[in-house]
Amino acid sequence: MDSQAIATGPADPHQEHDEAHPAYLRHHFVTVDQQRETASFGMWLFLLTEIMFFGGLFMAYLLYRNWYYDAFVAGSNTLSIGLGTTNTAVLILSSFTMAMGVYSAEIRNRKGLLTSLSLTIFLGLVFLGIKTVEYHDKYVEHHIPGASFSVEDFVHPADKRDVPLAPDMAQHAQLYFFLYFAMTGMHALHMIIGISILFILLYQAWHGAYVNGHTSTIDNFGLYWHFVDIVWIFLFPLLYLISRHPLK
Amino acid sequence: MSNPVPVQHEHHIVGPKVYLLILLALLVLTATTTGVAYIDMGIFNPIVALGIGCLKAVLVILFFMHIRYSSRVMMLTVGAGFFTFLVLITMTLSDYISRNWGLW
Amino acid sequence: MSTIVTLPNQQDAQLPKLSYLNSEYGLKSWLLTGDHKRIAMLYLFSITFFFFIGGAFAGLIRLELLTPLPDLVASDTYNKLFTMHGVIMIFLFLVPSVPATVGNFVIPIMVGAKDLAFPKINLLSWYLYVAGACFLVFALLNGGVDTGWTFTTPLSTHYVNTHVITAAMGVFIAGFSSIFTGLNFIVTIHRMRCPGMTWFRLPLFCWSNYAASLLMVLGTPVLAITLVLVMLERTVGIGVFDPTKGGDPILFQHLFWFYSHPAVYIMILPGMGVISEVISTFSRKRVFGYTAVAFSSVAIAVFGFFVWAHHMFIMGVSNYSALVFSLLTMLVAVPSAIKIFNWSATLYKGSITFETPMLYAFGFMGLFTIGGLTGVFLGSLGMDIHLTETYFIVAHFHFVMVGGMLMAYLSGVHFWWPKMTGRMYPESMSQLSAVTTFIGFILTFFPQFIVGYLGMPRRYHAYPPEFQVLNVLSTAGASVLGIGYVLPMLYMPWSLKYGKIAGSNPWQATGLEWQIQSPPLTENFIDIPIMDHEAYDYDWLAHKTEHEVTTVG
Repeated sequence: MDSQAIATGPADPHQEHDEAHPAYLRHHFVTVDQQRETASFGMWLFLLTEIMFFGGLFMAYLLYRNWYYDAFVAGSNTLSIGLGTTNTAVLILSSFTMAMGVYSAEIRNRKGLLTSLSLTIFLGLVFLGIKTVEYHDKYVEHHIPGASFSVEDFVHPADKRDVPLAPDMAQHAQLYFFLYFAMTGMHALHMIIGISILFILLYQAWHGAYVNGHTSTIDNFGLYWHFVDIVWIFLFPLLYLISRHPLK
Repeated sequence: MSNPVPVQHEHHIVGPKVYLLILLALLVLTATTTGVAYIDMGIFNPIVALGIGCLKAVLVILFFMHIRYSSRVMMLTVGAGFFTFLVLITMTLSDYISRNWGLW
Repeated sequence: MSTIVTLPNQQDAQLPKLSYLNSEYGLKSWLLTGDHKRIAMLYLFSITFFFFIGGAFAGLIRLELLTPLPDLVASDTYNKLFTMHGVIMIFLFLVPSVPATVGNFVIPIMVGAKDLAFPKINLLSWYLYVAGACFLVFALLNGGVDTGWTFTTPLSTHYVNTHVITAAMGVFIAGFSSIFTGLNFIVTIHRMRCPGMTWFRLPLFCWSNYAASLLMVLGTPVLAITLVLVMLERTVGIGVFDPTKGGDPILFQHLFWFYSHPAVYIMILPGMGVISEVISTFSRKRVFGYTAVAFSSVAIAVFGFFVWAHHMFIMGVSNYSALVFSLLTMLVAVPSAIKIFNWSATLYKGSITFETPMLYAFGFMGLFTIGGLTGVFLGSLGMDIHLTETYFIVAHFHFVMVGGMLMAYLSGVHFWWPKMTGRMYPESMSQLSAVTTFIGFILTFFPQFIVGYLGMPRRYHAYPPEFQVLNVLSTAGASVLGIGYVLPMLYMPWSLKYGKIAGSNPWQATGLEWQIQSPPLTENFIDIPIMDHEAYDYDWLAHKTEHEVTTVG
């Protein structure tokens, strides 16, 4: 089936250690290629688990959006499409800088790698900053579900285009915001973990790691980072875009 | 049975040009999806939005995540993940859609 | 009775001077090991410990059910007993049982590798298991959980005061242990096979564990997010699963069973892998229809994702969706049946001997078949309306999980014990245990089919007096079953010091693990082997042994 998966031969005890057996080759792998492909495969499988993890939240959102459509429309329109679009662009840009980081590591360009990692961290922090602003807005507007939630904005909407909701439907807007915070919160948690790891990678790259041929870690972290980007690529339209009022 | 011929997988390095192109495509698609959200297309709004989202995701997976240059096993793996996700969504929906509650 | 066991001359036999057990000494060398064999041993101790805790709860349950009146424990306490029994047995025993112990030990050797793909992640898996178990023990010691292992909402989110969040957290963490084990196996089997080891030369044990690993990786995360939602719901109380606030409890069940049905295949598939190996070895015959059994394993895994709502037929799913899920449930029984047929065909005209692993395997074949067939009854809608939430269900899943999986696990532990420790367990004692377990099992669980069909509900600690006789039979059986499980706990440790030296291949089995010393070296192989024959090739083995001089040490 996949012949490249098989080790290329029994370990030759007389082989030169420098070329084919670099220091970073672990003892249970036969070749560097095998090690690299294995690590990559492992990371992809982990990303599959992440797809299914977020999948449960998407299912809940899908269901309740259809049951309480009006409340979800109203809730969605309280989000700032400007901030959301900006965040999407920021994250896509950070994916680009991360990909450039992988490229720099592969062509053994230390400065390029450091710049790319730093930019990725910066853009990630910008994303989280904008998210904080958005969360703060929700707090101020009493849209955080729970004790402080107020149905005022939905029962007596300020914007003339908004249809006033009945009080019980307005309560279901809490469900929208619960899912909003759960999904973007889970996403933000993954971003925070990613940025933390980026700091570690930056530190290690500063001390010369990853530009000596062993690019696996940067490669695989890149996969993780792109995946977090993909989750946002789906969260953005689902939460911000699909219930927008048309421009009149 | 003789040993299969060992194949060294070509380690393809994706260059900045490709990445830049994909970045521009993604940014254009983002602007498009935001703009289109303001046009009332009725039932097609969510379809177009999710469609553009899928297109962006495919570009990221193929090029930023190198699947375009990877082995068939990797492509199958990604496919398996999305397939299982779709099973979760569609088969759960099959229950809700076929209930006689008048909500759908 | 004839036996195929071939041991070295016990007068001068010795354990090998160097093996994975004595290559390093000290607690740190075990707790910080990367060696898959040592990690397997760590798991073996942990899951055995929790098996007995779960078993103690089962004992208390059966004790209460001796009389129709609720006279041993209070209602809430009874709820806690069956909940903790279920949670511990499923998440802390059955799910990791074969994969984490036998699988961890044997799979790298079977594929011809020096270790699993990710040794550190393997160790992390064990620590996650222990961490999850700690959360569950904490919940247990602080009053337990009483929602049932299924955490059904809105009971678990709104109507109980017990440690649901702690228990859910424990299961969440243990789930990641399972995910990482599965991830490790998939990558190892894909990427670490030695030269010549094509997919169709792998032992069927690898195929079964591969299929189970697919389920672990794709299914468990859905349980994780479901438990997160339950934990959030208990804290914030928005109503995501509460009908009084507009939520849907059925959504919880869809998400929960999306994992929990594949979970039962996660539990049984590795056991089926053990059975393939054991039946082949003790019939001296290759497994009949290797390809069919291999593909059936994967088919069970794939179809297993399509049938979860058969746990929800009476819960309020639509009739049409119930129809679809019922039909698919019938379909998923087919690959399991194919395997039973193929094992039977393997036995036909084989040279059968009755060593302990084989006794357990025979037990598996009979009991799993009964359990599986009763599953088909439950899959048909009309029957399920009558039988669901009764003791018929309890009997069904205990037949497949205990009569099936636990017997397969014991079969596997006994089969690979000589490889893991270098010593043989005492054969007569172990055969006695196997027979005791089989008799005890039937006495415990067969009456439960009858009492369930007659209408006794599950999870009740009081029942109408006319069911007492059957319940007493069941409890009597449970005591016998308990003895059957305690005996190995006595003779297995005994064998570590006093058991006969096993040599590298006491069973005359094929498979790479039997061609290396017992216990193996830390790196398994001195040279990476080159696989040049098919799986279960007894001719190759005969040819090899007739020219071989066996030395030990």
